[in-house]
Amino acid sequence: MGLFYNKKSFRHGVHPPEQKSETNQLPIRQFGFAPLMVLPLSQHIGAPSVPVVSEGQEVVRGQLLAHSDGYVSVPLHAPASGVIRKIGEVPTVSGKKTKGIYLETFPASGQEVWGGEKIDLDSASPEEILQGVQQAGIVGLGGAAFPTHVKLKVPEGKSCEILMLNGIECEPYLTTDHRVMLEQDADIFMGIRYLLKATGAKEVIIGIEANKKDAAEHLAALIPDDLPIRVEVVPVKYPQGAEKMLITAILGREVPSGGLPIDIGIVVVNVATAAEIGRLLPKGRGIQERVVTITGDGIKRKGNYLIPVGTPIRYVLEQVGVEEGLAEVYLGGPMMGMAISDLSIPITKGTSGVVVFTKKKVKQDQRIYPCIKCGACVSACPLSLNPSELGILAQAEAYEEMATKNNLMDCFECGSCAYVCPSNIPLVQYFRLSKKMVRKNNK
Amino acid sequence: MQQTTLHISTSPHLSKGVSTVGIMQNVVWALIPVSLFAVYAFGWSALLVLLATTGSAVLTEHMICRWSGKTSTVDDWSAVITGLLLGLTLPPAFPLWMAIIGSVVAIAVGKMAFGGLGKNVFNPALVGRAFLQAAFPVAITTWSPAFAPERLQSLHPSTMAAPFMQPAVDGMSGATPLSAFKFEGINTNTMELAMGQVSGSIGETSALLILLGGLYLIWRGMMDWRIPAGILLSVAILSALVFAIDPVSYPAPGFMLFAGGLMLGAMFMATDMVASPMTNAGIWIYGAFIGTLIFVIRIWGGLPEGIMYAILLGNALSPHLDKLVPRRVYGHLKTKKS
Repeated sequence: MGLFYNKKSFRHGVHPPEQKSETNQLPIRQFGFAPLMVLPLSQHIGAPSVPVVSEGQEVVRGQLLAHSDGYVSVPLHAPASGVIRKIGEVPTVSGKKTKGIYLETFPASGQEVWGGEKIDLDSASPEEILQGVQQAGIVGLGGAAFPTHVKLKVPEGKSCEILMLNGIECEPYLTTDHRVMLEQDADIFMGIRYLLKATGAKEVIIGIEANKKDAAEHLAALIPDDLPIRVEVVPVKYPQGAEKMLITAILGREVPSGGLPIDIGIVVVNVATAAEIGRLLPKGRGIQERVVTITGDGIKRKGNYLIPVGTPIRYVLEQVGVEEGLAEVYLGGPMMGMAISDLSIPITKGTSGVVVFTKKKVKQDQRIYPCIKCGACVSACPLSLNPSELGILAQAEAYEEMATKNNLMDCFECGSCAYVCPSNIPLVQYFRLSKKMVRKNNK
Repeated sequence: MQQTTLHISTSPHLSKGVSTVGIMQNVVWALIPVSLFAVYAFGWSALLVLLATTGSAVLTEHMICRWSGKTSTVDDWSAVITGLLLGLTLPPAFPLWMAIIGSVVAIAVGKMAFGGLGKNVFNPALVGRAFLQAAFPVAITTWSPAFAPERLQSLHPSTMAAPFMQPAVDGMSGATPLSAFKFEGINTNTMELAMGQVSGSIGETSALLILLGGLYLIWRGMMDWRIPAGILLSVAILSALVFAIDPVSYPAPGFMLFAGGLMLGAMFMATDMVASPMTNAGIWIYGAFIGTLIFVIRIWGGLPEGIMYAILLGNALSPHLDKLVPRRVYGHLKTKKS
């Protein structure tokens, strides 16, 4: 099917400096085990997992630590061999403490992994594959951390025509998907086989931005003859990695407001998630580690590292070295990632990057000026909302009006509006809060 | 690793780097060549008018902030623009005391009464000018010619006129190209207009420098090119149309574009971000509306020039123009009325 370059795109969007060149040439390197792993039971959207181990119990790498609680939930596996030190409160990126497990690793914890029930591609039914994906603890590795098996389940009365692999990675600084596409091609194609069977899709499109041509060419050259795969290269623009934007950029179709891609016959899966499926399911393993880009001007040895889930950020930063004047640490990319204040927060399944800025790099003038109605946000919003008007309404606490008349609930907080705002108005923060208030009032 | 205090901020953690203060400052930089040329063309009187309007605008905003117990907002530089723009729309020999009153009105009524920067409905400089037009109709239409030989040696007698005294009528009063055309049927060479070798308001004489200042701001991404484009295009199209029908009684499109305050108004007045629309359709309608109105006033109205009223009317309509053509939000089939 091959490789296609196109000029198509979605409406609006922004072009933040890409800053990917410092890490996109660096191969993925294995990280060591931290002495103490911190494992929140909720590393995904949905119900937290339920521990099946007890304090003081010895576990081996890959062993089930907590099973899923219901359908929208995934289990948790041991990232290393060791002893369960404590089951209690752990710090998370949201600032709140949640229930989790502290695992003290054995100094000699090896790389071998405990396997469970293998999912055979040829004999497994679509339903068994979905169960296998859930049992492997797989969530969207692009950052959303939504349980993948839920996303892959095609609802009654709908059908999946196209499986889209998201290799856009539009967040500046991050290069994990880039490296995964270059280094884990076999896993990706194996993952696609499972995904095709699970969804019943007839064709596969791998969407990649033009700043990763090498990855696009690499994958296109290796497409197995029996797989209906097309690699589509699109111009660089943020936030193209958002499902809706990706679909519109490549297919010119829009996902209805409040709906999902499956409503128009599409399922979108991140490339790294596909690779994880292709790697774990044949062996019956659970997810224990993920590729994370460690970068920013505050990092000495930038790169892409395969880091065990549960590794505290402090341990990560000690290993790679940090520069003087550390000011801000973000989990995820700098556009949508969350700033953390506590370095004992761990890498979780959804952590695609750790970006560290020194004082030099952090926005200098933080003073908020009034909205001068310059309209920059209006020309930036990929959904064609009016962030200026929404911001003024948020200040007036007119949440209901924002939702009913100004489509607040469509906003997915990409941050394009706040990125261009000359007055430093914290629009994303306003909208996050406003959405919360609307949901609360509608209960 | 040493203990560090980490700063927490909300996403996004990157900024495009264009700041509100930066925009304001750059508008001022863009107006500097126009102002310098105006001083060269009209002499020290023009310089004093510009200094008086700018200084009093800043001072007025500062005092109003202080009296209302708020932190002064003059460091956002927007008052400098208002003062400078007002000065540029006045005749070179305009009495300073009147100019200062105009500046006070511009800031106090045109801006602070609405709640300060971002809240004003009209371009504050034009509010000030509209007040002066109503209060001092003679002084504001008394033009002195450019490049008068004595301009850099002495001031116009009217510049220093004492408040509320009838200023001496300037013997060298020259008609502006637009009034010359309108009332006497005299055409001025477009080249002279572009280079600023004619009489008129302080800042409207060199269309070329105004254009360059505007292009600089467009290049820096600090001005919406669609607004001047909409205004200039609609004036050009309409005047080309009537000129094609009757080249004797109607002025040439080139004259229409380069004469009077059109260039200054289209580039620096109508583009006041606060008082202009934000949506693509709204912006084009706004430009076309102002351009058409300018054309209508100039050709058929009682006044030789209609930029000010056209822009003020456009300002008043701009919030509605944004809603006139509803934008289709992603994923919605029909446009929702907002």
